Amino acid sequence: MPVTDVTHDLDTRTLVITAEFAAPIERVWQVYADPRQLEQVFGPPSFPATFVEHDLTPGGRAHYFMTSPDGEKYFGWWRVTGVDAPSRITFEDGFAADDSFTPLEDMPVSQNIYAFEPKPDGSGTRAVFTSTYDSAEALQKVLEMGVVEGASSAINQIDDLLAR
Amino acid sequence: MFVDMVSTAPSSATDADEDRADAMFHALADRTRRDILRRVLVGEHSVSALAASYEMSFAAVQKHVAVLERAGLLTKRRDGRQQLAHGEVEAVRSVASLLADLEELWRGRIARIDELIANDPITPTP
Repeated sequence: MPVTDVTHDLDTRTLVITAEFAAPIERVWQVYADPRQLEQVFGPPSFPATFVEHDLTPGGRAHYFMTSPDGEKYFGWWRVTGVDAPSRITFEDGFAADDSFTPLEDMPVSQNIYAFEPKPDGSGTRAVFTSTYDSAEALQKVLEMGVVEGASSAINQIDDLLAR
Repeated sequence: MFVDMVSTAPSSATDADEDRADAMFHALADRTRRDILRRVLVGEHSVSALAASYEMSFAAVQKHVAVLERAGLLTKRRDGRQQLAHGEVEAVRSVASLLADLEELWRGRIARIDELIANDPITPTP
Protein backbone atom coordinates (compact mmCIF):
# COMPACT_ATOMS: atom_id res chain seq x y z
CA MET A 1 0.00 0.00 0.00
CA PRO A 2 1.29 3.50 -0.77
CA VAL A 3 0.59 4.91 2.73
CA THR A 4 3.40 3.80 5.04
CA ASP A 5 2.86 5.90 8.17
CA VAL A 6 0.25 8.13 9.77
CA THR A 7 0.71 10.39 12.78
CA HIS A 8 -2.13 12.17 14.56
CA ASP A 9 -1.35 14.95 17.01
CA LEU A 10 -4.48 15.86 18.93
CA ASP A 11 -2.81 18.81 20.67
CA THR A 12 -1.82 20.66 17.53
CA ARG A 13 -4.55 19.20 15.30
CA THR A 14 -1.88 18.01 12.90
CA LEU A 15 -2.03 15.09 10.56
CA VAL A 16 1.20 13.72 9.06
CA ILE A 17 0.83 11.14 6.29
CA THR A 18 3.83 9.38 4.81
CA ALA A 19 3.40 7.62 1.49
CA GLU A 20 5.69 5.95 -1.00
CA PHE A 21 5.17 6.07 -4.73
CA ALA A 22 6.82 3.80 -7.29
CA ALA A 23 7.99 6.71 -9.41
CA PRO A 24 10.90 9.17 -9.55
CA ILE A 25 10.60 12.36 -7.49
CA GLU A 26 10.19 14.46 -10.67
CA ARG A 27 7.11 12.44 -11.60
CA VAL A 28 5.53 12.92 -8.17
CA TRP A 29 6.31 16.64 -8.26
CA GLN A 30 4.62 16.90 -11.63
CA VAL A 31 1.31 15.85 -10.04
CA TYR A 32 1.44 19.12 -8.04
CA ALA A 33 3.09 21.26 -10.70
CA ASP A 34 0.53 20.43 -13.39
CA PRO A 35 -2.95 21.69 -12.45
CA ARG A 36 -4.61 19.22 -14.83
CA GLN A 37 -3.01 16.36 -12.91
CA LEU A 38 -3.58 17.96 -9.51
CA GLU A 39 -7.31 18.25 -10.09
CA GLN A 40 -7.43 14.52 -10.88
CA VAL A 41 -6.18 13.65 -7.40
CA PHE A 42 -7.27 16.56 -5.20
CA GLY A 43 -10.96 15.87 -4.81
CA PRO A 44 -12.77 12.56 -4.62
CA PRO A 45 -14.57 11.41 -7.78
CA SER A 46 -17.88 12.64 -6.36
CA PHE A 47 -16.45 16.17 -5.76
CA PRO A 48 -14.07 16.85 -8.65
CA ALA A 49 -11.72 19.82 -8.29
CA THR A 50 -11.04 22.45 -10.94
CA PHE A 51 -8.00 24.71 -10.64
CA VAL A 52 -8.55 28.02 -12.42
CA GLU A 53 -5.34 29.61 -11.16
CA HIS A 54 -2.15 27.76 -10.27
CA ASP A 55 1.00 29.72 -9.58
CA LEU A 56 3.46 27.47 -7.82
CA THR A 57 5.96 30.16 -6.88
CA PRO A 58 6.65 31.78 -3.49
CA GLY A 59 3.84 34.26 -2.89
CA GLY A 60 1.85 32.73 -5.72
CA ARG A 61 -1.74 31.64 -5.41
CA ALA A 62 -3.84 28.74 -6.52
CA HIS A 63 -7.59 29.10 -6.94
CA TYR A 64 -9.86 26.11 -7.16
CA PHE A 65 -13.43 25.06 -6.83
CA MET A 66 -14.99 21.72 -6.17
CA THR A 67 -18.30 20.70 -7.68
CA SER A 68 -20.81 18.71 -5.67
CA PRO A 69 -22.89 15.91 -7.21
CA ASP A 70 -25.82 18.38 -7.51
CA GLY A 71 -23.68 20.96 -9.27
CA GLU A 72 -22.96 23.35 -6.41
CA LYS A 73 -19.50 24.93 -6.41
CA TYR A 74 -17.28 25.34 -3.36
CA PHE A 75 -14.36 27.74 -3.63
CA GLY A 76 -10.90 27.52 -2.07
CA TRP A 77 -7.49 29.09 -2.37
CA TRP A 78 -3.85 28.36 -1.64
CA ARG A 79 -1.24 30.94 -0.81
CA VAL A 80 2.15 29.47 -1.63
CA THR A 81 4.69 30.34 1.06
CA GLY A 82 7.65 28.31 -0.19
CA VAL A 83 8.72 26.19 -3.16
CA ASP A 84 11.82 24.07 -3.61
CA ALA A 85 11.19 21.95 -6.70
CA PRO A 86 11.00 18.97 -6.78
CA SER A 87 11.28 18.37 -3.07
CA ARG A 88 9.11 20.74 -1.08
CA ILE A 89 6.13 23.05 -1.17
CA THR A 90 4.52 24.94 1.70
CA PHE A 91 1.20 26.72 1.45
CA GLU A 92 -1.83 27.97 3.29
CA ASP A 93 -5.21 26.61 2.28
CA GLY A 94 -8.42 28.49 2.96
CA PHE A 95 -12.00 29.18 1.98
CA ALA A 96 -13.43 31.68 -0.48
CA ALA A 97 -17.04 32.76 -0.90
CA ASP A 98 -17.23 32.88 -4.67
CA ASP A 99 -15.26 32.94 -7.92
CA SER A 100 -13.49 36.16 -6.92
CA PHE A 101 -11.49 33.86 -4.62
CA THR A 102 -11.27 36.55 -1.96
CA PRO A 103 -10.27 34.76 1.25
CA LEU A 104 -13.05 34.58 3.81
CA GLU A 105 -11.43 36.37 6.72
CA ASP A 106 -13.33 34.69 9.51
CA MET A 107 -12.88 31.19 8.13
CA PRO A 108 -10.10 28.83 9.20
CA VAL A 109 -6.86 28.42 7.26
CA SER A 110 -4.66 25.33 7.32
CA GLN A 111 -0.87 25.24 7.10
CA ASN A 112 0.52 22.61 4.77
CA ILE A 113 3.98 21.18 4.11
CA TYR A 114 4.41 18.65 1.32
CA ALA A 115 7.92 17.15 1.20
CA PHE A 116 9.27 14.64 -1.31
CA GLU A 117 12.54 12.71 -1.34
CA PRO A 118 13.95 9.81 -3.34
CA LYS A 119 13.94 6.55 -1.40
CA PRO A 120 17.51 5.57 -0.45
CA ASP A 121 17.24 2.29 -2.36
CA GLY A 122 16.20 4.11 -5.52
CA SER A 123 12.88 2.30 -5.75
CA GLY A 124 10.71 5.38 -5.75
CA THR A 125 9.74 8.50 -3.83
CA ARG A 126 8.78 9.06 -0.22
CA ALA A 127 6.24 11.83 0.35
CA VAL A 128 5.40 13.41 3.70
CA PHE A 129 2.18 15.45 3.78
CA THR A 130 1.75 17.58 6.90
CA SER A 131 -1.46 19.53 7.49
CA THR A 132 -2.15 21.61 10.57
CA TYR A 133 -5.58 22.99 11.37
CA ASP A 134 -5.70 25.92 13.73
CA SER A 135 -9.05 25.05 15.24
CA ALA A 136 -11.37 22.14 15.77
CA GLU A 137 -13.77 23.95 13.46
CA ALA A 138 -11.26 23.89 10.63
CA LEU A 139 -10.65 20.22 11.13
CA GLN A 140 -14.33 19.44 11.17
CA LYS A 141 -14.98 21.26 7.91
CA VAL A 142 -12.44 19.10 6.16
CA LEU A 143 -13.81 16.02 7.84
CA GLU A 144 -17.29 16.75 6.60
CA MET A 145 -15.74 16.25 3.20
CA GLY A 146 -14.20 13.04 4.50
CA VAL A 147 -17.66 11.66 5.08
CA VAL A 148 -18.45 12.20 1.42
CA GLU A 149 -15.14 10.81 0.34
CA GLY A 150 -15.65 7.09 0.76
CA ALA A 151 -11.91 6.72 0.89
CA SER A 152 -12.01 3.00 1.40
CA SER A 153 -13.47 2.58 -2.06
CA ALA A 154 -10.58 4.62 -3.45
CA ILE A 155 -8.12 2.33 -1.72
CA ASN A 156 -9.90 -0.67 -3.15
CA GLN A 157 -9.57 0.93 -6.58
CA ILE A 158 -5.82 1.05 -6.28
CA ASP A 159 -5.71 -2.56 -5.10
CA ASP A 160 -7.68 -3.49 -8.21
CA LEU A 161 -5.24 -1.54 -10.34
CA LEU A 162 -2.21 -3.27 -8.83
CA ALA A 163 -3.83 -6.67 -9.28
CA ARG A 164 -4.06 -6.21 -13.05
CA MET B 1 -9.62 23.29 2.25
CA PHE B 2 -13.16 22.25 1.67
CA VAL B 3 -16.27 24.19 2.50
CA ASP B 4 -19.01 22.59 4.53
CA MET B 5 -20.15 19.97 2.04
CA VAL B 6 -22.96 18.63 4.19
CA SER B 7 -24.51 21.97 4.97
CA THR B 8 -27.91 20.42 4.27
CA ALA B 9 -27.65 18.84 7.72
CA PRO B 10 -29.55 20.79 10.39
CA SER B 11 -27.23 23.71 11.17
CA SER B 12 -28.11 23.72 14.87
CA ALA B 13 -26.81 20.18 15.17
CA THR B 14 -23.63 21.21 13.34
CA ASP B 15 -23.07 24.15 15.68
CA ALA B 16 -23.58 21.91 18.68
CA ASP B 17 -21.14 19.38 17.27
CA GLU B 18 -18.55 22.07 16.66
CA ASP B 19 -18.97 23.51 20.14
CA ARG B 20 -18.49 20.02 21.49
CA ALA B 21 -15.38 19.47 19.39
CA ASP B 22 -13.96 22.82 20.57
CA ALA B 23 -14.51 21.81 24.18
CA MET B 24 -12.90 18.43 23.60
CA PHE B 25 -9.82 19.77 21.88
CA HIS B 26 -9.42 22.42 24.55
CA ALA B 27 -9.72 19.79 27.26
CA LEU B 28 -7.13 17.57 25.61
CA ALA B 29 -4.65 20.35 24.92
CA ASP B 30 -3.13 19.98 28.39
CA ARG B 31 -0.70 17.34 29.60
CA THR B 32 -2.16 17.02 33.10
CA ARG B 33 -5.68 16.64 31.77
CA ARG B 34 -4.60 13.95 29.32
CA ASP B 35 -2.90 12.15 32.18
CA ILE B 36 -6.00 12.41 34.36
CA LEU B 37 -8.08 11.12 31.50
CA ARG B 38 -5.78 8.13 30.98
CA ARG B 39 -6.19 7.22 34.65
CA VAL B 40 -9.96 7.53 34.79
CA LEU B 41 -10.40 5.62 31.54
CA VAL B 42 -8.73 2.64 33.19
CA GLY B 43 -10.90 2.83 36.28
CA GLU B 44 -12.83 5.07 38.62
CA HIS B 45 -10.70 7.38 40.77
CA SER B 46 -11.68 9.70 43.57
CA VAL B 47 -10.77 13.32 42.89
CA SER B 48 -8.65 13.38 46.06
CA ALA B 49 -6.72 10.29 44.92
CA LEU B 50 -6.10 12.01 41.59
CA ALA B 51 -4.98 15.17 43.36
CA ALA B 52 -2.43 13.17 45.37
CA SER B 53 -0.81 12.07 42.08
CA TYR B 54 0.22 15.56 40.99
CA GLU B 55 2.45 18.25 42.38
CA MET B 56 -0.28 20.83 42.36
CA SER B 57 -3.04 21.91 44.66
CA PHE B 58 -6.25 19.97 45.11
CA ALA B 59 -8.10 22.97 43.71
CA ALA B 60 -5.96 22.97 40.57
CA VAL B 61 -6.59 19.27 39.95
CA GLN B 62 -10.28 19.80 40.63
CA LYS B 63 -10.26 22.51 37.98
CA HIS B 64 -8.70 20.16 35.42
CA VAL B 65 -11.32 17.55 36.26
CA ALA B 66 -14.04 20.15 35.73
CA VAL B 67 -12.70 21.02 32.26
CA LEU B 68 -12.73 17.35 31.29
CA GLU B 69 -16.24 17.02 32.70
CA ARG B 70 -17.54 20.02 30.71
CA ALA B 71 -16.09 18.48 27.53
CA GLY B 72 -18.03 15.29 28.24
CA LEU B 73 -14.81 13.29 28.51
CA LEU B 74 -15.27 12.49 32.18
CA THR B 75 -18.24 12.07 34.51
CA LYS B 76 -18.35 12.38 38.27
CA ARG B 77 -20.59 10.75 40.82
CA ARG B 78 -20.80 11.22 44.54
CA ASP B 79 -20.14 8.30 46.89
CA GLY B 80 -20.53 9.43 50.47
CA ARG B 81 -17.97 12.18 51.00
CA GLN B 82 -15.97 11.21 47.94
CA GLN B 83 -16.29 12.44 44.38
CA LEU B 84 -15.54 9.58 41.97
CA ALA B 85 -14.50 10.29 38.39
CA HIS B 86 -14.51 7.98 35.42
CA GLY B 87 -13.67 8.46 31.77
CA GLU B 88 -16.20 8.45 28.96
CA VAL B 89 -14.76 5.98 26.48
CA GLU B 90 -17.18 6.90 23.70
CA ALA B 91 -16.38 10.60 23.91
CA VAL B 92 -12.64 9.98 23.71
CA ARG B 93 -13.22 7.79 20.72
CA SER B 94 -15.06 10.60 18.93
CA VAL B 95 -12.06 12.98 19.23
CA ALA B 96 -9.73 10.36 17.85
CA SER B 97 -12.17 9.70 15.05
CA LEU B 98 -11.89 13.31 13.83
CA LEU B 99 -8.26 12.75 12.90
CA ALA B 100 -8.93 9.20 11.77
CA ASP B 101 -11.53 10.51 9.32
CA LEU B 102 -9.08 13.08 8.01
CA GLU B 103 -6.60 10.27 7.53
CA GLU B 104 -9.18 8.47 5.39
CA LEU B 105 -9.55 11.58 3.23
CA TRP B 106 -5.80 11.58 2.69
CA ARG B 107 -5.63 7.88 1.98
CA GLY B 108 -8.13 8.41 -0.82
CA ARG B 109 -6.09 11.28 -2.24
CA ILE B 110 -2.85 9.30 -2.10
CA ALA B 111 -4.50 6.33 -3.76
CA ARG B 112 -5.52 8.66 -6.60
CA ILE B 113 -1.94 9.99 -6.94
CA ASP B 114 -0.68 6.43 -7.07
CA GLU B 115 -3.23 5.51 -9.70
CA LEU B 116 -2.44 8.59 -11.80
CA ILE B 117 1.28 7.80 -11.73
CA ALA B 118 0.68 4.15 -12.55
CA ASN B 119 -1.48 5.07 -15.55
CA ASP B 120 0.86 7.79 -16.80
CA PRO B 121 4.36 6.95 -15.61
CA ILE B 122 6.23 9.19 -18.06
CA THR B 123 8.63 11.51 -16.28
CA PRO B 124 8.66 14.92 -17.92
CA THR B 125 11.85 15.81 -19.72
CA PRO B 126 13.10 19.15 -18.38
